[in-house]
Amino acid sequence: MAVRAIWKGKLKLGSTTIPVNLYSAVVDKTVHFHILEQRTKSRIKQHMVNPENSEEVPNDEIQKGYQVEPGIFVILNDDELKKFEPKPSREIEVTRFIPPAQISSQWYDRPYYLGPDGDEKAYFAFVDALAAQEKQGIARWVMRGKEYNGALSANDGYLTLVTLRHAGEVVSAEELPKPAGRALDKKELSMAKQLVELLEGEFDPGEFSDEYRERLVDFIEKKAKGRKPRLHAVQSKRPSPSLEKTLSKSIATLKKQREKRAA
Amino acid sequence: MRPLWSGTITFGLASVPVDMYPASRSEHASLRMLSPDGVPLNRRYYSPETGRDLDDDKMTRGYEIEKGEYVVVTDDELEKLAPKKSRDIDMRRFVDEKTIPPLYFERAYFLTPGGETEKAYRLLAKTMEDSGRAGIGTFVMRGKEYLVAITAENGILRAQTLRFADEVRSPGDIGLPKEKKPAKPTVAKFKKLIASRSKKELSTKELKDTRTERILKLVKSKKSRGKDIVETDVETGHAGNVIDIMDVLKKSLAARR
Repeated sequence: MAVRAIWKGKLKLGSTTIPVNLYSAVVDKTVHFHILEQRTKSRIKQHMVNPENSEEVPNDEIQKGYQVEPGIFVILNDDELKKFEPKPSREIEVTRFIPPAQISSQWYDRPYYLGPDGDEKAYFAFVDALAAQEKQGIARWVMRGKEYNGALSANDGYLTLVTLRHAGEVVSAEELPKPAGRALDKKELSMAKQLVELLEGEFDPGEFSDEYRERLVDFIEKKAKGRKPRLHAVQSKRPSPSLEKTLSKSIATLKKQREKRAA
Repeated sequence: MRPLWSGTITFGLASVPVDMYPASRSEHASLRMLSPDGVPLNRRYYSPETGRDLDDDKMTRGYEIEKGEYVVVTDDELEKLAPKKSRDIDMRRFVDEKTIPPLYFERAYFLTPGGETEKAYRLLAKTMEDSGRAGIGTFVMRGKEYLVAITAENGILRAQTLRFADEVRSPGDIGLPKEKKPAKPTVAKFKKLIASRSKKELSTKELKDTRTERILKLVKSKKSRGKDIVETDVETGHAGNVIDIMDVLKKSLAARR
C-alpha cells in the first residue's frame, strides 16, 4: 500500500529548484498503552494542579515561564512566543555539500524520503549526481511551524533527508575525559582484536528482530482471549572471572563453529 | 543523576559492566506552566467519574483491543516478558559503521565503566576504536527492546540505538516511482552545481537552534529590566530546568582505584 506524503516542498540549490514530496521513512511499531483507573479499568484524564492548594488551574489561566534562578521565573506571553515561530516556506534550501564522514551519526534524528513531485527527470538526475559525487547536502527548511536542519543523501536511487539535532545538544566524546589506567596487556589486546575479526560481517538489520515486542503482542492477544499466558522469570548473568581466559575460550568456540560450518 | 540503564556488554564470553547515560543535553528552552501567581503547576491524573486525583497505585496500563475495551498489562508482566539476558548487550556482529544507512540511527548514549575495575572496559574501547567497527546487538530498557551499534571514540564507548528493519520503510513501501535513466547533460549540470557548493566540513554554526536563542535573549532582557518576573517559595528544581549532563558524565568517567 502506498504511503501518503506528509508535506510538499521545493529542493532549492542556488537558483535551481526540484519539486519534492516528503514521506516519513519510519513506521511506528511501538505497542502503545493507555493509562487506566485501576478500579474501573477506564480511561483517565489529566489536568494542571497548583501544588500549594491542590486546586485545578484552567488552561486560560496558565502562563508560561522560564526559570532563571531557583524559584524565579520570567513570564513569556503567547504573542511573544508566536513571534519566534519561523515564517512558513516551501523551500528546502541546500546550503552546502560535504563528505558523508563529516556528520557523526550522533546528529541524526528523524528520517524522511523525498520523492519527485512532477519533475522526475530533474529528481533522478540530481540523485545520480549526488551519488556519483559521494556527497551529503546540508539543508534547512520550515515545516509545520518548526525550523529544521537536515542531511540530504542519495540512498538506493532515492533521496533521503534526515533531520539533525541542534548544535549544543550533542555531547561529543572529545569533550569528555578519556578513561585512564595501567597499560593494557598486549596479549589480551591481540586476542580481543582477533575476536572482533571473527565476528566481522556486513550490516544486515534483518538479522535482528524486536523479540520483546513480538512476545508482548502475543501476550496481549492471549490475554484478550481470556487465557492466562505463562511467563518465565528473567535470569541474569554473572561477570566472568579472568579476562584472558574468557577471551581465549571465546576465540576457540567461534573457530570451532566456523570449522563446523565450513565442513 | 542515576544511569538510565546498567548492565554488561558481552563480547564472546567476556563481559564488561557498563552504565548508560544520554549523549545529549536538552537544549530547548523548556518553559514551565505556572499559576496566575507564579507557582509551577503539576500534571495530575484524575478520574473523570469522581473528579478526584489518582495516585500511582490507583492506576494501571491497558492496551485498547476494541473501542473502550482494554487488556491490562502490569509492571510485573512487562518485566517477565523481557528476554533472559536483558541485562546484557550481546555484540553478535561487528560491522563498518559507515555502512549503516542514516535512516537507522535513533539516539546516542554514552556507556561508562560500571564495575569495580575498568580494565575490561578500556580493553574493549581500545579494540573497537582501533578496528573502526561498530558492535551490533540488542538489549531491553524500560519495557522496550533496542537494537544498538556500539562504537568507541576517545576511549569512551558509545551506544547508538538503531531502528529495527520493520520500522524503516523502503522506497517500494512508499510507492516511489521507478528510477528513470536521467539525461547525461542534466546529471553533469547537477554534478557541477554540487561541486561548486561543496565544503570540506560541516559547520555546526549552521545547526544552531535559533528559536531557543531568541527566547533566551528575550528572557535575559526581561530579567535585566525586572519585567514580568514572578517568585515562588515552592521547590522548583534546577535553574534553566536542565541537569548538566557534562558533570554527570565526567563524574562517571573519573578514574577509580
